[in-house]
Amino acid sequence: MTAVFAGRLLRKISLHTAWVLAVLLAAIIAGIAIGETPISLSLVFQVLANKLWGAGFVLDPIDEGIVWNYRLTRALVAAACGAGLAISGVVLQSLLRNPLADPYLLGISAGASTGAVLVAIIGIGAGAISLSAGAFAGAVAAFALVALLARSTGAVSGSGQIILAGIAGSQLFNALTSFLITKSANSEQARGIMFWLLGNLSGVRWQSVTLAVPVVLIGLAVCLWHRRSLDAFMFGSDSAAALGVPVRRVQAILIATVALVTAVMVSLVGSIGFVGLVVPHAARLLVGVRHGRLIPVSALAGAIFLIAADVLSRTAIKGQVLPVGVITALIGAPVFAVILIKAKGGR
Amino acid sequence: MSNMKQLAPHVDVLSCAGLNWSIKGVPIVRDVALQLRRGETLGLIGPNGSGKSSLLKLLSGIRAPASGEIHLNGVALAGMKRRDVAQMIAVVEQQAETSDAITVLDAVELGRTPWLSALEPWSDADDGIVQQALIDVDMADKPKRAWHSLSGGERQRVHIARALAQRPQILLLDEPTNHLDIQHQLSILGLVRSLPVTTLIALHDLNQALACDRLAVMDKGALIAIGEPSQVLTCELLRQTFGVEAHYLTDPYDGTRILRFRS
Repeated sequence: MTAVFAGRLLRKISLHTAWVLAVLLAAIIAGIAIGETPISLSLVFQVLANKLWGAGFVLDPIDEGIVWNYRLTRALVAAACGAGLAISGVVLQSLLRNPLADPYLLGISAGASTGAVLVAIIGIGAGAISLSAGAFAGAVAAFALVALLARSTGAVSGSGQIILAGIAGSQLFNALTSFLITKSANSEQARGIMFWLLGNLSGVRWQSVTLAVPVVLIGLAVCLWHRRSLDAFMFGSDSAAALGVPVRRVQAILIATVALVTAVMVSLVGSIGFVGLVVPHAARLLVGVRHGRLIPVSALAGAIFLIAADVLSRTAIKGQVLPVGVITALIGAPVFAVILIKAKGGR
Repeated sequence: MSNMKQLAPHVDVLSCAGLNWSIKGVPIVRDVALQLRRGETLGLIGPNGSGKSSLLKLLSGIRAPASGEIHLNGVALAGMKRRDVAQMIAVVEQQAETSDAITVLDAVELGRTPWLSALEPWSDADDGIVQQALIDVDMADKPKRAWHSLSGGERQRVHIARALAQRPQILLLDEPTNHLDIQHQLSILGLVRSLPVTTLIALHDLNQALACDRLAVMDKGALIAIGEPSQVLTCELLRQTFGVEAHYLTDPYDGTRILRFRS
């Protein structure tokens, strides 16, 4: 029975999936080719052919290194982060029924900064753990605190509680971060931390890819698995329960999933703002509110948006790389304003 | 009221006993026991805050009682999966609203949620059931209408269509005619009565409640009376529970009994 369903489902989605993958691939290749030193498309394909199929084109090892180790990994991590943040935004906005919800609502970004600061400035772990590991630990700790706080105030299903708990947790961890920076950091360290916090894809290598891509794929699968439950929250959690959704369990699974996805992304590239807030709204305008379509489209749009933002961050000012979070915010804020006006006009 | 009542008049499809529920120590539902018989329309009445909505939430399994038992077709509700419950019981809430930009069709298709597992794709049969539900509530001509462009009466119809798309045996409705004008009140009630399902409906209008097969009266969380409308809605009960003086008139138009109130 299940096999029959799976077969029908696969046939239904395979065409769309092919489209999605083609567009994503085009974006990644554009992300590799465009940069301060432009790389021709043929060179990009030759490097990829060499690396993936051992095609044996004779190429400059420096070009090969730029394409394979720098630009490709950057584009892949940008795609994974963009997709991960976008689906996290979709899920939290739907689950909490709050259009302002974004992945950092759960205190994750604030916790990650505290963790990163502890490692970078205070030297906790004494070089044994990386900035990323520290950020991840901080993010998970902050989320655990927020979840605990939300739970102890009584209502997991009351979306207000977790938002308030998230605000409280974020404030606490932001205060801790500021305290640590003012107390201990020299200006050089503070600048480095600031740069990292605003989102930074420079440090990305294959190791980050092997973490970010599987995590976002698992996150995507979990969210898509619960697409109908997410639809059922349209009229609130009581309505979802009446439609047969085990509300508390689904909320716990999905919130934990997006918290983990976001924590991994933040720990790899810092807290890149606006992707998780704006992309879901833009995707809703495109394909409506049903999660079977909204989740994959948001993932794709988030991936492309962040690849494009990364390209811009590298090329906007000659000889300087801007934090990618600055670009996403500079584009995201006006786009968000336009969406707000459009959505209002549409009613 | 419906044909099924005559077929199986005394089979309890949904029953509860010793049901208690409280919020922060304040008892909301107290020691309620009632049986819903297959095919009947049972009206639930009582003053504001008497616990009608809470009782409906307990009976549908949306809230878990502090104590007491609920049985659905003889099976304990507490041990059932939410999905299995939702395949049998559909709920129309008092005011379920959304800020999402959805269409009538989106809302009604939600009714198929309990019948579709994660791997199961939407089928033509689902389309047929949704279409029938839209026809039943007379909304088949506007499936693409935006939710925010609908009137209160139309929204309520869509909610009922969504509940029908669940293909339930039991329909629980919480004051479905609230905030509607008289024309829409009558059409919603007429629709509910014509449905071939067992219905428990919370109502405010006592004259509308008189048309139910049986009535259950709640006061301060307790069930104080249940039975035939004419036997339950006595002038004495209305005075004690609702704090109004009332007497019956006979409608010269069709001979039905009408309640007339004085404060």
